Amino acid sequence: MKANAMSNFEIVAREDFSDVTYLLEVRHPLMSKAAKPGQFVVVMLNEQGERIPLTIADFDRNKGTITLVIQAVGKTTRQMQLECRVGTSLYAMVGPMGMPSPISHAKKVVCVGGGLGVAPIFPQARGFKEAGAYVIAILGFRTKDLIFWEGKFRACCDELILCTNDGSAGMKGMITDGIKVALAGHSNIEEVVAIGPPVMMKACAEATRAHKIKTMVSVNPIMVDGTGMCGGCRVKVGDQVKFACVDGPDFDGHLVDFDDLMTRLQRYTKDEKVAHERWSESCRMTRQVGPSALDALARVRAPQSELLELPDPFEDAPGG
Amino acid sequence: MAKKKTIRTIPQERTPMREQDPQLRAKNFEEVACGYSLEDALRESERCLMCPDEPCIAGCPVGIDIPGFIQKIGEKNLRGAYDILTDTNLLPSICGRVCPQETQCEGVCTVGESLEAVAIGRLERFVGDNAIKEGWVNIPYIEPNRFRVGIVGSGPAGMACAADMAKAGCEVTVYEAFHQPGGVLRYGIPDFRLPNAVIDAEIDNLKKFGVKFECNTLVGRLFTIEQMIDEMGFHAVFVGVGAGYPTMLNIPGDSLNGVLSANELLTRCNLMRARDFPNFDTPVPIGKRVAVVGAGNTAMDAMRVSIRLGAEKVYCIYRRSRTEAPARAEEVHHAEQEGVEFHWLTNPVSVSDDGKGSVRGMRCVRMELGEPDDSGRRRPVPVAGSEFDFETDLIVYAIGTNANPIMGQTSKLKLNKWGYIGADEHLATSVAGVFAGGDIVTGAATVIEAMGAGRKAAASMKTYLGIRDPELPYLSAEGGGAGTLFGIDTRERNFARVRVA
Repeated sequence: MKANAMSNFEIVAREDFSDVTYLLEVRHPLMSKAAKPGQFVVVMLNEQGERIPLTIADFDRNKGTITLVIQAVGKTTRQMQLECRVGTSLYAMVGPMGMPSPISHAKKVVCVGGGLGVAPIFPQARGFKEAGAYVIAILGFRTKDLIFWEGKFRACCDELILCTNDGSAGMKGMITDGIKVALAGHSNIEEVVAIGPPVMMKACAEATRAHKIKTMVSVNPIMVDGTGMCGGCRVKVGDQVKFACVDGPDFDGHLVDFDDLMTRLQRYTKDEKVAHERWSESCRMTRQVGPSALDALARVRAPQSELLELPDPFEDAPGG
Repeated sequence: MAKKKTIRTIPQERTPMREQDPQLRAKNFEEVACGYSLEDALRESERCLMCPDEPCIAGCPVGIDIPGFIQKIGEKNLRGAYDILTDTNLLPSICGRVCPQETQCEGVCTVGESLEAVAIGRLERFVGDNAIKEGWVNIPYIEPNRFRVGIVGSGPAGMACAADMAKAGCEVTVYEAFHQPGGVLRYGIPDFRLPNAVIDAEIDNLKKFGVKFECNTLVGRLFTIEQMIDEMGFHAVFVGVGAGYPTMLNIPGDSLNGVLSANELLTRCNLMRARDFPNFDTPVPIGKRVAVVGAGNTAMDAMRVSIRLGAEKVYCIYRRSRTEAPARAEEVHHAEQEGVEFHWLTNPVSVSDDGKGSVRGMRCVRMELGEPDDSGRRRPVPVAGSEFDFETDLIVYAIGTNANPIMGQTSKLKLNKWGYIGADEHLATSVAGVFAGGDIVTGAATVIEAMGAGRKAAASMKTYLGIRDPELPYLSAEGGGAGTLFGIDTRERNFARVRVA
């Protein structure tokens, strides 16, 4: 059924940061004008696809594009990695959704991005800078090869603390170690904004709780519509239940029940595996038919096998 | 002229509608009620007395000329019947299926005083389906005017408003946030009750009127209502976005995996085709023992979907008794046939977990009916010491919806104390040129009530824009002067019924 003939969300640029992380720039002039830091889109790859929420990593009002940074961890994100080339189109992209991040008047702000959370923290860091704040960025990656956008952050932040788990670049340690460094160096930090996997955001909130520094996090629950209609994305914030899609996605990190969030993120782990295995199987079939798919597939293979052994549901919902 | 019909001469029994066998249909998503054949329809049309006071017309939220179209069926003039229906209701196939006729037209039917009421809904559906089959569409002569109208939401309210404004000559654009138009008809009502082909056909009809549908557009966030009026050149806007913010029970265990809203279950299953997982990517939780809380139409849909998805047991948990259940009688009956176990006068107290974040069971309390409350229904009160536990692995809340906050967050529209959009009796909002109707004004209601609101808003919109109904000057040519009542055209009269001007 072709109910929607206007599905034309053309991919105008693509960049691969690593074997699992890639950037897509999608043409949507109207959305590029409306988008604000902290908002997200819901994307469908094709008619049979699922609706997945992705945080807007950047927007270019002159070019009329929306930038998404995606990690290939689930079936859909892997299929997108394989199929989304420059010149192809997404079946659907709707947004910008959610309440924009409140860019406060804080004078000194720490923007923390872990893994894929590095992308969505960027518009916030830039927003704070534009609002006149002193911005300290803390970026965490597992290893040197996964680093992206370092230059982009250097250009808009006053300080940059880079952490890698294995010490291959910047300081060796977790993101919370970076926060310790920042807190030690500055006594007047007014606000911390953290985006990343829930475990990381939880750790950040714990790191700042004792210092009583306002800490905002951007939660990433499972969503269907993104308009407040299904309630699948509900999170516990203090003693209230909030829908991340319309009441958030940014909440006070000291109030969010991260354990609840993490449990709820695992709802469809089993189904996700079924869908993925079936899809990999169909990819193997096409491999025999079309050798062109082989190359592309080979690029996905290596990290995929590693991820299959160690499914990390917390990294699944990419940042938003 | 046939002999005058009396209650004694008409067929006494209501003509039954063929249905899929309950055993069989509980395993598929094909439509349950198969519709009337021509013979069925002719026989049922015989049962209308053509009584002079026509209570059914007043019972219909959009004022369809019910005896008129039934008479045409009796004359085997189905096209004529379709013409009469579409004068007031553009979506007969949908309304024939989903209207709660027993509390509207059929509830006041004169025949119903002594026998079973005329099956008006089934006849309406018969005519509508026939029109789809034959490819009929009634496109009136449309005199274009310079007005542009924006409609927010492609559900029943938006569709009805779009149709009227397009007929009036306006350039109409309908915005929908989902990737397919239809609103609740698409994501909410399952295929076995309202097949997608019917929705597609009705939407195609609107497109033939010149209505444009823009999907993937979240009004409020992509652009605001104010921008539509100020920058995008819309002369008037109708907001029919629905209530859509599901109510949770707020009892312990609410956030466990395995507790979800009926909206989520139905959207995954219907719109996202999760029932075809993994051919479609969206998963849906499959319960062995499913408890659905609530007894409205949405609750019935959720139960019957759960059965089709393979649940062994499906329970309906409702705090009042069967008499107060808001669902259509036919839906309760169908759910019962398909094996749903009803637990009336039962209210959930808490949800217990299995230690791994999922649902293990539910604790409920028995209720009894006390004094009538504000709604006139007897208020259920818990029976002390009657708590009991039962095993369930999936709990679906179908207890209504609250106002969706997006419009309030993004516009200056005044909201009422419950968060719904405030509108006067003409459905005008606090912003000039912006009208609102349907669930976002009244709270959760029915499809036909939303359509009624869409049409009412269209009438106010025409007054606001200074458009005289363009149908009127051309009527005599079309109808040959027939169908006038004391010099007032019947269409005008129907129209006046919904217009509050």
